[in-house]
Amino acid sequence: MLKLIFRRILEAIPTMFVLITVSFFMMRLAPGSPFTSERSLSPAVLANIEAKYNLNDPMWLQYVNYLKQLALGDFGPSFKYKDYTVNELLSQSFPVSMELGLYAFILALVLGLILGVIAALKQNSWMDYILMAFAMTGVVIPSFVKAPLLVLVFAILLQWLPAGGWNDGAVRNLILPVTALALAYVASIARIMRGSMIEVMNSQYIRTAKSKGLPMRRIVMKHALRPALLPVISYLGPAFVGIITGSIVIETIFGLPGIGQLFVNGALNRDYGVVLSLTILVGVLTIAFNAIVDILYAIIDPKIQY
Amino acid sequence: MSLTVDQPTELMELPIKEIKGRSLWQDAWRRFYQNKAAVTSFFILLLVGIFVIFVPMLAPFGYAETDWNFMQSAPSIENKHYFGTDSLGRDLLVRTAVGGRISLLVGIAGATVAVLVGTVYGATSGYLGGKVDMIMMRFLEILSAFPFMFFVILLVTIFGRNLILIFVAIGLVSWLDVARIVRGQTLSLKSKEFIEAAHVGGVSGFNIILRHIVPNVLGVVVVYASLLVPTMILFESFLSFLGLGVQEPMTSWGALLQEGSQTMQVAPWQILIPSAFLVITLFCFNFIGDGLRDAFDPKDR
Repeated sequence: MLKLIFRRILEAIPTMFVLITVSFFMMRLAPGSPFTSERSLSPAVLANIEAKYNLNDPMWLQYVNYLKQLALGDFGPSFKYKDYTVNELLSQSFPVSMELGLYAFILALVLGLILGVIAALKQNSWMDYILMAFAMTGVVIPSFVKAPLLVLVFAILLQWLPAGGWNDGAVRNLILPVTALALAYVASIARIMRGSMIEVMNSQYIRTAKSKGLPMRRIVMKHALRPALLPVISYLGPAFVGIITGSIVIETIFGLPGIGQLFVNGALNRDYGVVLSLTILVGVLTIAFNAIVDILYAIIDPKIQY
Repeated sequence: MSLTVDQPTELMELPIKEIKGRSLWQDAWRRFYQNKAAVTSFFILLLVGIFVIFVPMLAPFGYAETDWNFMQSAPSIENKHYFGTDSLGRDLLVRTAVGGRISLLVGIAGATVAVLVGTVYGATSGYLGGKVDMIMMRFLEILSAFPFMFFVILLVTIFGRNLILIFVAIGLVSWLDVARIVRGQTLSLKSKEFIEAAHVGGVSGFNIILRHIVPNVLGVVVVYASLLVPTMILFESFLSFLGLGVQEPMTSWGALLQEGSQTMQVAPWQILIPSAFLVITLFCFNFIGDGLRDAFDPKDR
């Protein structure tokens, strides 16, 4: 087990390295410096600024310095919000995104699994059909259509919930964004769970359990659930990426001050510091999360040797 | 006695019907036609295509043209703005069609780039095998660990926003799965006799990949491509929704949705109409993809 964990972590390191390297050099290849803005600066001022951000050093030195900086957990300055470092911006926005993403992830997992199991156990009943039609709709309709429609219905027409804003993470403000973000993944997980549950329920050992006279509840909980979970677990990696990506658009729609919003504003203002840092941060998180999922998979699947 | 003699001669005299073989593709098409959801989707998409191509030609308004008399007008027949106008008085019917052109174009072009790159990469990797295969697959694994939306936005931030870049960026980040699927197929094809025969006959590796491997993996690729198109459309809409896609006054369904979401409190049609078009198109592509998958799936035979 330890060997597997160790190997998986070793594998993740070169991937992170490539991510950082590619992102860094792409940014430096960009035409124009981050300071070519609408206001043309005098050459002397420009030189001063470039010296301040070490843009005059040879490329390799900049790269090595950047790596050193990153290793210390310092993302460097923001090029637009001149008084802030990226770390300061992150410390404000990261918790917001974290909370939003975490709730969406939990909701998707819990609701998706329950709906999937119900649909599988009642296969080909009206309930199954309704759930799967719902799942298809949830998967196909993108979040940036769902979110405005949810706002239109629940915030504007019915006026039950606020249309946006963070309000220190009040539950009322969280309901709509979390729902809009999670719905697609509730649907995907339900579909995957239904498929694998049906397969497991048709297998020999479940038939044995049934013929022993075990109650259905016990069969599902003790025998069927664990093997049926495997495909869902391998979907958790993509779901994680999807939720992080989706939160960009959800935060924009609901005006939540998270990293998604920071990222989009950075991109619109061509704030390289912020965009590069966030790409790297999210990349590293993704790689780490995928490694954890792989390890989790090995723990649950007894067939995997390590 | 005479009976037994007669019978074969009688049979011989019957006009010999040539038995027509059905190719894999004809077989697949036949099955596709029997799938009602897929065929219906195909015709709906055809209608969407016709709408998108011809409406801007026939309509009396330009997509960037302001009608000063009817700013933010609701859909109406009297003033000829059948889908209403946006907050700048531009005709929404024409804008929806023009936006659809961009969305569909990006979807199809992006999928084409992804399929071409992915097929070549996957076939090469699978056919060459050994160390090359290992390195190429490792590279693929590294790339697929990237959070791509972030990466594309990084690209757009750096190189500015233009349509060609969006095509290429979207296409280039989406070929990974195609490559993986094609590689798997190639591996199983590689040991087949006809590839060995070509090899023995002195055909070069490049030609074997191009003439023998690629045509044989095409079925799988077609299925995947049809599912890739809606993904690409979504990708573009996502970027445009964030304001990082096409630029004003040009538009796409994502950009229209973004504008609509700003004004939906007072003018809900501005978001509902493009939403409907986008969602219908996505559904149709998905049904067609499912239909094609069932049609090409060898397990069903």
